[in-house]
Amino acid sequence: MNPRMVRGRTARRRALASAAVLLTGALLASCSSDTPPDAPAAAGESQDSGGDKPSKFFERAEYERQLKLGEETPKGPEGKPWEQMLEPQMVSTAQYRKKGQGDDVHLCFSNAGVFNPWRQVGLKTMKAEVKLHEEISDFTVLDAQGKDDKQISDIQELAGNKDCDALIVSPNTTATLTPAVKEACGKLPVIVFDRGVETDCAVTFVNPIGGYGYGAVAADFLVEKVKPKGKILALRISPGVDVLETRWSAAKLAFDKSELDVADVKFTDGDPAKTKSIVADAISRHGSIDGVWMDSGATAVAAVEAFEDAGVDVPPITGEDQQDFLQVWKDKKLTAIAPTYPTFQWRTPVIAALRVLDGKSVPKEWKLPQPTVTQDNLDEYLKDGMPPLHYAMCGCQRMPGFPGDWGGKK
Amino acid sequence: MTTATATPAPHKRLARMLGTGAPVYALLAALLIVLAVTDIGFYEPDRFLAFVKRAAPLVILAAGQYLVIVCGEFDLSVGAIVTAGVVAAAEVYGSYPDAPWLLVAAGLLLAGALAGLVSGLITTRLRVPSFITTLGMMLILEGAVFYWTGGSPHGQLPQDFRQLGRGTAMGWLPWAVLACLVAGAVAVLLMRSDFGRTLIATGDNERAAALAGVRVHRARVIAFVLSGAAAALAAVLVGGFSGVSAQAGRGYEFEAITAVVLGGVVLGGGRGSVVAAMAGAFSLQALFTLLNLRGVSGALESTVQGVIVIAAVGIGAADFSRLRRRRRTHSPGGTPS
Repeated sequence: MNPRMVRGRTARRRALASAAVLLTGALLASCSSDTPPDAPAAAGESQDSGGDKPSKFFERAEYERQLKLGEETPKGPEGKPWEQMLEPQMVSTAQYRKKGQGDDVHLCFSNAGVFNPWRQVGLKTMKAEVKLHEEISDFTVLDAQGKDDKQISDIQELAGNKDCDALIVSPNTTATLTPAVKEACGKLPVIVFDRGVETDCAVTFVNPIGGYGYGAVAADFLVEKVKPKGKILALRISPGVDVLETRWSAAKLAFDKSELDVADVKFTDGDPAKTKSIVADAISRHGSIDGVWMDSGATAVAAVEAFEDAGVDVPPITGEDQQDFLQVWKDKKLTAIAPTYPTFQWRTPVIAALRVLDGKSVPKEWKLPQPTVTQDNLDEYLKDGMPPLHYAMCGCQRMPGFPGDWGGKK
Repeated sequence: MTTATATPAPHKRLARMLGTGAPVYALLAALLIVLAVTDIGFYEPDRFLAFVKRAAPLVILAAGQYLVIVCGEFDLSVGAIVTAGVVAAAEVYGSYPDAPWLLVAAGLLLAGALAGLVSGLITTRLRVPSFITTLGMMLILEGAVFYWTGGSPHGQLPQDFRQLGRGTAMGWLPWAVLACLVAGAVAVLLMRSDFGRTLIATGDNERAAALAGVRVHRARVIAFVLSGAAAALAAVLVGGFSGVSAQAGRGYEFEAITAVVLGGVVLGGGRGSVVAAMAGAFSLQALFTLLNLRGVSGALESTVQGVIVIAAVGIGAADFSRLRRRRRTHSPGGTPS
């Protein structure tokens, strides 16, 4: 699942909720609970900086699997990570083979929504991928606008549509969408990606290594770069979102094993202004902060500025492959690293669908690599003229229409 | 029967001076004391000014929101105006990297005022409840920003534009604090002028005000225009403080209304002072800072905020109704006045 999706969805919901609340005359302060309705209540977890009990989101087997996957060499074409796969368990798709070679293919896609930069970049990349394949005559996208009920009816509509040869689903929430996906599986080949559903009826499930891998990469970097006893500030978006919890629980394990001291764990709601305040307060309260760990890079630039505004050096910091962070990283010569939740994964479902309709085998779970932006490959990913909220790991650099279609300048 | 007393007791005079804002001043004082205890360094000049700088956008929004609320309306669009302002500035700089910051800022203020004008005219002329008008305006602006930028604004905000939200004058006084002071002073002067009185009269009793010669529609439209301009000014500060973000103003309309209500301003209009509304904004910011410093995070933070806000407003309301009741029960047996 993609955390940004949750954030975008709740932003809109909050906007409407604010209206409702005012109508009833109730008064709640600005309140920024970003917990999605499908996530477990997280109130009890607020003080996790000191808590030693493992998070209920933590699964050791999966954690170990992801760390191991991170060291694997993926199978597939070099330089095209969206076509690569890690430890694939291939399954036959002969039953879905479309009769009559040379027929035009009609792909259908039920999208959770496009309410944030990550999904925007992803959808653009997916559309560009579709254009690369001449055999795709039609590509129908239904946008659920972040609403489960709309996506359920979208999936029903597409699955019932005789023209759709295959259905791609990026589910809005896991549990709620499961029955709709199950139903669709009986009618046509289904490819799920980004976030999972609680059924394995889909022909393949496309996703990168996952949250544990992300969180561990960032934490290990700080363990290496920050001197022992250094104070770490951990900035998280919001509690109770599984993919974010996995990122943090992997990081917490790494910090617990190290000699670093996690001074604070704070939730930013993904809001740059709030992030800046939190970091400024942390600097003055602890005297100094020696490293910043983040579960997503959207507010990394704000954190960097908070150190500048406080007149102190920016310590080692982790971010993400968003353009503005990479730019600041380079301009200010930061000590930084950027694990990614790659947007190139939006290309893979299209490729997978065509393979399935061709009767070629695909992995039951198509695990994609999850590259990391480091000092060494920073220049490769930082492209001048791209918008600040662009995601560098789009795998789109050599696609037709780049950079203009992604909002960039030549 | 009239209950006016010729010479009120000193404590009553003080209560009247503080008006409905008394609880918020008490709350603000309490929060500031707790902050001092929690964090010894809080009142170092640099840190305290940084706190005011952080509060500035919300204070300005609260002043604008006060004008609208006191005349009996709502403005739910201010958060969206902040977002649109930040994004629009980024887009302008994306296309014209050398645009002078003063021009861009002035353009934003004008656009904010225009959005307010549209809301005001629709509310007064078409008689659409402002709740709906500004809710619509919020959705329109959010959608437009999204459509325009595809969710990711182009261009960076250059340093000179960000100076107002990030930089300091004379090396120590944040520009944002100055902007906040100026906006506050303008709001106070405005409320002491004839316009301020007509605004309150409009909120108190629209019909009576109209019969007394107040042009209620015009007063309301001006309130909306000022609220829109205040939101645009807040956008300049927010954009300066934290940079480009497609969610820069998220939730601000909510915080601004909360601040105003916390300041004892009556929803529905007619009562409350603008200074108390701005004190409400400071209280909210102090509360956020306190929760942050105390390590309260995540979901619990909202809960604590909610409880404090309800308690502050509730205690204020309870006190006043009891006072009134006591006065009423005493007056039959008391001296006729």
